[in-house]
Amino acid sequence: MTATLEQMETTTQQSASPKPRRRSISKRVSPFTYVALTLMTFISVFPFYWMYVVASNGSEEISKIPPSLTPGGNFPNVVNTITQAVPFWHAILNTAIVSTVIALCNVFFSTLAGFALAKLRVPGKRGMLLFIIGTMMLPAQLGVIFMYMVMSWLNWINDFKALVVPAIVGAFGVFWMRQIIDSQLPNELLEAARIDGASVFRIYRSIVVPTVLPAAFVLGLFSFLGTWNDYLWPSLVLNDPERFTVQVAITQLNNSYTVDYAANMGAALLGTTPLLLLFIFVGRRLVAGVMEGAVKG
Amino acid sequence: MTAISQTLKSRKRRRMSAIARQDRVGLFYVAPFFVHFVLFGAIPIVFTTALAFFNADFQTYYEFITNHQLSVLTNAFAGLDNFRELFKDSYFWLALRNTFSIWLISTVPQLIIAFGLASLLANARLRASTFWRTALMIPNITSVLAVAIVFQQLFGRDFGIFNVLLHYVGHKPIEWVAGTIPSHFAIATMINWRWLGYNSLIFLAAILAIPKELYESAALDGASRWQTVRYVTIPQMKNTITFMLVMGTIGGLGLFVEPLTYGGGFDGGANSQFLTMTLYLYKQAFMNQRLGYGAAIGVGITLVVMIISAINFMITRSIAGEESK
Repeated sequence: MTATLEQMETTTQQSASPKPRRRSISKRVSPFTYVALTLMTFISVFPFYWMYVVASNGSEEISKIPPSLTPGGNFPNVVNTITQAVPFWHAILNTAIVSTVIALCNVFFSTLAGFALAKLRVPGKRGMLLFIIGTMMLPAQLGVIFMYMVMSWLNWINDFKALVVPAIVGAFGVFWMRQIIDSQLPNELLEAARIDGASVFRIYRSIVVPTVLPAAFVLGLFSFLGTWNDYLWPSLVLNDPERFTVQVAITQLNNSYTVDYAANMGAALLGTTPLLLLFIFVGRRLVAGVMEGAVKG
Repeated sequence: MTAISQTLKSRKRRRMSAIARQDRVGLFYVAPFFVHFVLFGAIPIVFTTALAFFNADFQTYYEFITNHQLSVLTNAFAGLDNFRELFKDSYFWLALRNTFSIWLISTVPQLIIAFGLASLLANARLRASTFWRTALMIPNITSVLAVAIVFQQLFGRDFGIFNVLLHYVGHKPIEWVAGTIPSHFAIATMINWRWLGYNSLIFLAAILAIPKELYESAALDGASRWQTVRYVTIPQMKNTITFMLVMGTIGGLGLFVEPLTYGGGFDGGANSQFLTMTLYLYKQAFMNQRLGYGAAIGVGITLVVMIISAINFMITRSIAGEESK
């Protein structure tokens, strides 16, 4: 895979002079490939464009045949409608804070547990790992009724603790970090540190963390995205508009009898834009992370 | 000679046991996960399952918690009533059928197309491959809710793009919401859009991880393209396919936000034509405050997940059966 990545980079950098390759399975790229990939890219991007088209035209412009396919000038009004119906900017701030806290907690606890399960002589770690994988197969909705009851008994309704505490560590993160640390941290490095008399936590801090930082960053991203996009649980435990997360705020525009497509799409777009901006910077890392995890999984 | 090796051995053993002692701190490193799992995974699951044997609303349980009167609970005890009712509940079976239908329409084409895309992306001579890969990933960062909102508009009966296009080719509009299969198709499209690229990347990683020698020897043996896929690629990707099927099943059976948004409520359409199991759970538990019944639905969902996972496992094992030969 590293070889492919290198090839990939040389291809993008010096596409004018492709080197001859001895790989017997790489065939000529047929034009069909580029057509198919262009079509897929269009399909991937079009819904975002469409959110803006509908939101910037208003519902009337869209409700005719043919509907207008280009953006209109109504977007500021739609944003106004949204922010008057619900404290949307506040919701974005709430979500950013909650998602960041959860992501950081996840990265910390997952790298710690992953390190122990991958490299330390912990009694029963094989069984623990199997157990962790097993818990990933439990349907999430199973415990939600009782969880909600606990949250209301603890008086955590409308409290961000109800979002953060149940999410600070998860089976996926621990398993993922174990696989990464297992494959990326050379045993020799660990041995050398042990001979130098480094404590286990010292090894974690000075060797494990720097080595797996890129992978841990991807885990943090996944966690961040997951929290940002979660709708179900926040909609149950939050009902004070000041406490809404983005997804809950979006659905508040839907409570009337007529569906205001423009406001809905505008809110969906506003709620997604921060992630799209983030994606511009970390998209490549995210793709690499998905693929790294896949080979191991 | 032997004495020296003895001392060396024992010194090594001593060093090992010192490491083992030192490493026991690792138990504290894994402890947060397990404590957290017990508190927020196991206990809620066990108690939600227990709730299925009672018939009570939130208020009743709240009274029990504050006054500690056991009679509140004994009065609410329902035995197997909820499960009996569930077994005869035509909505539950309808929800089960709908969930399966949507899951099938979303999983099968998605995995096939993802596999095709991955094969295209795996070609080492592909230009700008980072760009294509990244573009495929964009849908996955979008929230399910946002996806559902866009596609709800695109599948609109009167002015949605799909029906407008049909109008231009002289076809009458399709009832994307009111129709059973069309509504399932629309919801499956939302799922496919969000997950197709992600799954392509997973397949791509698995394809790239297959040792090249296997392809070379297949070529030497004169294997056709299809035979190479059938006897080299697919068996090599057994673990990936199993993982995807298991995760896809759990996600698919938990389907909830798409039908909720698409139908604008917990009914899953006017005729419950796209009511899913999880949607039904939430409707009973949180809308109707029938906690016991909602919990029974949850137990039903878990049983279904377990049955399907077992079937998945058997299928992938038989697909990869030729691997050992």
